[in-house]
Amino acid sequence: MQMIIANRLLDGRVVFMDDSGGWVNDIADGSLLVSQQDAAEQLTAAQQAVEENEVVDPYLIDVSADGGRRRPVQVRERIRAFGPSVGLVPQGHGGV
Amino acid sequence: MYRYDEFDHKLVAERARQFRRQVKRRLSGELTEDQFKPLRLMNGLYMQLHAYMLRVNVPYGSLSSRQLRKFAHIARTYDRDFGHFTTRQNIQFNWIKLEEVPDILEELAEVEVTAIQSSGNCVRNITSDHYAGRARDELADPRVYCELLRQYTILNPDFSYLPRKFKIALTGSPRDRAAVALHDIGLRMHRNEAGEIGFEVLVGGGQGRTPFIAHTIRDWLAPEHLLSYVESILRVYNMYGRRDNMHKARIKIIVNQMGIDRYRELVEADWEQIKDSVLKVPQAEVDRINAYFAPPEYECLADIPDELNDVRARIPEFDQWMAANVAEHRVPGYSIVNLSLKAPGLPPGDMTADTMDAVADLADRYSLDEIRVNHRQNLSFVDVRQRDLFTLWKELKLLDLATPNIQSVSDIICCPGLDYCNLANSRSIPVAQDLSRHFVDVDHLALVGDFTINISGCMNACGHHHVGNIGILGVNKRGKEYFQLTLGGSSDENAALGDRLGRALPQGQVPAAVETIVDTYLAIRLDGERFLDTYRRVGIEPFREAVYSPVQARAVA
Ligand code: HEM
Ligand code: SF4
Repeated sequence: MQMIIANRLLDGRVVFMDDSGGWVNDIADGSLLVSQQDAAEQLTAAQQAVEENEVVDPYLIDVSADGGRRRPVQVRERIRAFGPSVGLVPQGHGGV
Repeated sequence: MYRYDEFDHKLVAERARQFRRQVKRRLSGELTEDQFKPLRLMNGLYMQLHAYMLRVNVPYGSLSSRQLRKFAHIARTYDRDFGHFTTRQNIQFNWIKLEEVPDILEELAEVEVTAIQSSGNCVRNITSDHYAGRARDELADPRVYCELLRQYTILNPDFSYLPRKFKIALTGSPRDRAAVALHDIGLRMHRNEAGEIGFEVLVGGGQGRTPFIAHTIRDWLAPEHLLSYVESILRVYNMYGRRDNMHKARIKIIVNQMGIDRYRELVEADWEQIKDSVLKVPQAEVDRINAYFAPPEYECLADIPDELNDVRARIPEFDQWMAANVAEHRVPGYSIVNLSLKAPGLPPGDMTADTMDAVADLADRYSLDEIRVNHRQNLSFVDVRQRDLFTLWKELKLLDLATPNIQSVSDIICCPGLDYCNLANSRSIPVAQDLSRHFVDVDHLALVGDFTINISGCMNACGHHHVGNIGILGVNKRGKEYFQLTLGGSSDENAALGDRLGRALPQGQVPAAVETIVDTYLAIRLDGERFLDTYRRVGIEPFREAVYSPVQARAVA
């Protein structure tokens, strides 16, 4: 299975394309693409969204959905989907 | 401390306004991403894995407490409450929104900080010894010359479209704390036979996928010729630099292909034409800039070794910190204090907004308002009264900034890696975290002594892995994250590139391998030898055998 991932132009955040051709932050809300044809069609739509200055750099990623939880296959894309693996704000520094 | 003059102020403010217009045109679709990208890069704005990243310069590594408070404010208002200090005297903000960048640039301009030329194929922010103007072993303050070079190269059309990025570093001390031999141009001050101060000029150093130690192109250059000589180096580079292939475009490739002797001939021939031109630096200009860097008013104090030794004898923890994190100052009664951003388990170089504010307050109280940023991703207070050392230590401990590990195994340089970076192969930060948690025994750190571990998440080498005593490079093996170790690198005045130890290891095996290397060194070192000395004496074999021998392989497999 595949999904379309991109960065939103305005704030750079990672987004996924959903069924209606919109862009969502949560991988769970994005569109799961099963057939090659769906994937190709959505990629074309995503490129249109680049033209329309909604997103930059959209591409297809492989996703597994074991147990209902979606998970990109590549580490890099997992990090993009779920955030850095090291915690956003460093812990420590005296607890501040 | 250096302050922008009137001219710079106007320029910086205009630059922020210009970028506001460019962002507007991008958002309205007037500019495509391809058209916009070079414009945003000229303002230090990258796209990373999760968001835009803004890289801001810390000129020559000096920050006022007011500027650091501004960084805290930016982190809090526009980002996720933290910033990342890099190896090039920059700070990076990782979660920036494009639409807010013009506001951020204007806020930064208020405190005379910019992101100009922090990326792109121009002369990047010029870096210097972070102890500049304060080190006891220094001949003269190199920042005057950094500033001359900056004024000359910034927004200079001749140097804004170079074949590739161009990095310059300076030091005024015989001990090289600025890794100058790993720069496109490195400048090291020393005296000639007549006793006059001048520069050894190095050219063609660099890291990345094809690392080189710079060659000396001129043994001694009078400071008045600095601009013309650098201009000639850049002119020859502009002429011969490979614009057709990004990976061959750095000056290091040209210098090493044509040979330093040929490069020197070309530079000297060009220089003969221009050395007595307007580029000759008038002493009045040096004096004018020098005034900006004039040392603060010091109190008339004496060194207080007895009092300090007394406290050190009573409080071993303070003693360890004094030994590891405090350096000599040129003025009696004062010391340089290094703040470790490498407490166990923390991502090297990261700092929260609250900690930045707290450090700014401490700088006001204990270090004449100034903070320095260094290429090992730590901060320094460069003007601390020795009689304040003990109180300051207690304050720093509360902030977790007093780990006594400067220049030790757990003082790790580490790039953002695959947790943030678009180009990464592997996650470098978790490796650094593993290692810093592994080496927590400060007595052991002291026993091991002078040691550098540098980690990069890919061959671009932002984490200086080529020049770490142990270098760790993230590689991708069939979709998995692996780490390639090198040994024997160093970025000081005897700079060397590391040698490959053997096959790459999975993340889980890196701490054991590093520990084996450290233990091997401890077992075979002679009296007074640093790791690097032992390594240079015995070579790589004993270490290779220890890490990859069958017994060890079973232990780590
Ligand atoms: C996160 C975004 C970053 C990107 C996209 C990036 C990209 C690159 C690239 C492509 C190179 C190789 C240049 C060459 O070989 O010609 C490089 C080199 C380098 N970068 Fe970064 N880098 C990033 C962050 C950093 C950080 C966080 C640091 C400091 C911790 C840093 C410091 C350096 C240094 C010291 C070099 C090697 C010096 C040289 O140019 O030879 N960079 N970077
Ligand atoms: S070394 Fe590679 S992974 Fe690390 S910051 Fe540089 S480009 Fe990114």
